Amino acid sequence: MLLVVEQFLNGLQFGLLLFLLAAGLTLVFGIMDLVNLAHGSLYMMGAYFAATFAAWTGSFLLGALMALGATLVLGIVLEMTALRHLYGRDHLDHVLATFGLILFFNEAVRLIWGPAGLALPLPAWLTVPVPILPGIHYPAYRLAIIAVALLVALLLYLGVMRTRIGMLIRAGASNREMIGALGINIKLLYTLVFGLGAALAGLAGLMQAPILTVQIGMGENILILAFVIIVIGGIGSIRGAFLAAIFVGMIDTLGRAFLPNLLRQVLSGAAASTAAPALSSMLIYLLMAIVLVVRPEGLFPANRR
Amino acid sequence: MKAFSVSKAVTALMLAGLVLLPLYSHLTGNIFILTLFTRIIILALAAASLNLIMGFGGMMSFGHAAYLGIGGYAVGMLAQEGVGSGFIQFPVALAASATYALVIGALSLRTRGVYFIMITLAFAQMAYYVASGLARYGGDDGLTVYKRSDFSGLINLGDRMQFYYLCLACLLGVIFLIWRIVNSRFGLVVQGLRSNEQRMQAIGFAAKRYQLVCFVISGTMCGLAGALLANNTDFVSPAVMYWTRSGDLMVMVILGGMGTLFGPIMGAVVFLLLEEFLSQITEYWALIMGPLLLLIVLFGRGGIMGALGRAGRG
Repeated sequence: MLLVVEQFLNGLQFGLLLFLLAAGLTLVFGIMDLVNLAHGSLYMMGAYFAATFAAWTGSFLLGALMALGATLVLGIVLEMTALRHLYGRDHLDHVLATFGLILFFNEAVRLIWGPAGLALPLPAWLTVPVPILPGIHYPAYRLAIIAVALLVALLLYLGVMRTRIGMLIRAGASNREMIGALGINIKLLYTLVFGLGAALAGLAGLMQAPILTVQIGMGENILILAFVIIVIGGIGSIRGAFLAAIFVGMIDTLGRAFLPNLLRQVLSGAAASTAAPALSSMLIYLLMAIVLVVRPEGLFPANRR
Repeated sequence: MKAFSVSKAVTALMLAGLVLLPLYSHLTGNIFILTLFTRIIILALAAASLNLIMGFGGMMSFGHAAYLGIGGYAVGMLAQEGVGSGFIQFPVALAASATYALVIGALSLRTRGVYFIMITLAFAQMAYYVASGLARYGGDDGLTVYKRSDFSGLINLGDRMQFYYLCLACLLGVIFLIWRIVNSRFGLVVQGLRSNEQRMQAIGFAAKRYQLVCFVISGTMCGLAGALLANNTDFVSPAVMYWTRSGDLMVMVILGGMGTLFGPIMGAVVFLLLEEFLSQITEYWALIMGPLLLLIVLFGRGGIMGALGRAGRG
């Protein structure tokens, strides 16, 4: 029981974290029609910035805030110098160019911070276990991640659905020429959206940093997961990204936790212990393949009405 | 049509260079260059196979490295189980790649655009994790191939020069095959589908069937590259299937010039030589390579072949 609740919350927390990453990706994808493989690099930069600033200021919160601002600025600079020129080009060009950016960021990190990973220690008040149900404790930090991510998701939803900028973003997603013709500064809007996406990726990175080590290449695996999510959810759909992210987070976490035991009941012990890790890693890709085979445009295609 | 063009001349020079390279290596005793170019030729073969579906067929596969792994593991696993004969290993490698291509092609071709890019990537990642889970065959750490494929009486893969020429022959054979395919009725249909699928369907072509056959041919060719690669490195690991490797292959194709016959070879040669060269001058070679790719995309439309074509006209 304890394990089930704990793993369930872990899955939720991982899913929400993935949502932060996927939301930026799907916004950029849906609005600028840009495939940004370097989104994972922004996630990595968020983590590195947080580790550096936290060590520098001595405060986790202050470091996190500064890192958030830094990734926002980095995203804006990146958009203005490089990615802006890719709009309207072939998707393949995007893949290639942002693949180059991944190489660049990984190497730049190695040059600046060195090949060894960094650690981002948590302040004491975030490490205490919190009782959530009678007899069941859960780390405060993971609860904090859940809370922050839910809050950001809510703000994002309200921002996109209820504000003027959100309206422009949605309008830009459905017809970019038209809102340009109506006198909206599209360039600025795109830069803003990209910066927002970068900040979300940075937030995911800096929140994940204390749980995992901050290291080179940390962005790549999770980037693929984020892509899986937006593809399952339907490209450009925030709602789809949210549901798919929770779904993928749950399946991945619960699969890793419980699949070995389940398999052991069917297979022999040795066979199960070799098959289980591979199978649980495959699970989400299997899910994506099934979704795409049944619904080739994802669960919530954004452009269909 | 001009009889002479810059791109033709450069292609001819490159091919002549590839044919004469072992001679140079033999005369100067520079074995490193032979090993390097064997690897380049094998990856050029993989890039050429990717170009068949990507350049001519318009199918952007982001999981092509999976075939490198499948071909490689077919050789490695059979060798591990005591089947050393290349006459068995290579056909099994090709058949395994073809079967994998048939299954994932049939599923992936239901989608298009970015979804196709992502679903091929997902399948390749699955293959990667399956290979990581093969505890009997090394799992994550990979599998050492203690003995190269045995083609006794025909060719000795242990000999560097013979192996080099085998790889080169495979590459040229595949290029020839692609040339025949592209100019056949089948190839024209596939290229027509790239330009306008709806129109082709309206004329009455079974679009998916043509694309699937093309996909399987390409996968089988890349499986051959995988089998050669395992022999070249005497080692196969899940890392050959990792998605960055698929990205490398895409870069080679685009760098060389998509949808051109010799572009992928050019791309592979330039990409891998650049990687080798930059890594010798600085440990942080990717710091230069990354922005270089970005610049190539931004300013070098049509890749090297495109640039050479422009040079010929201008």
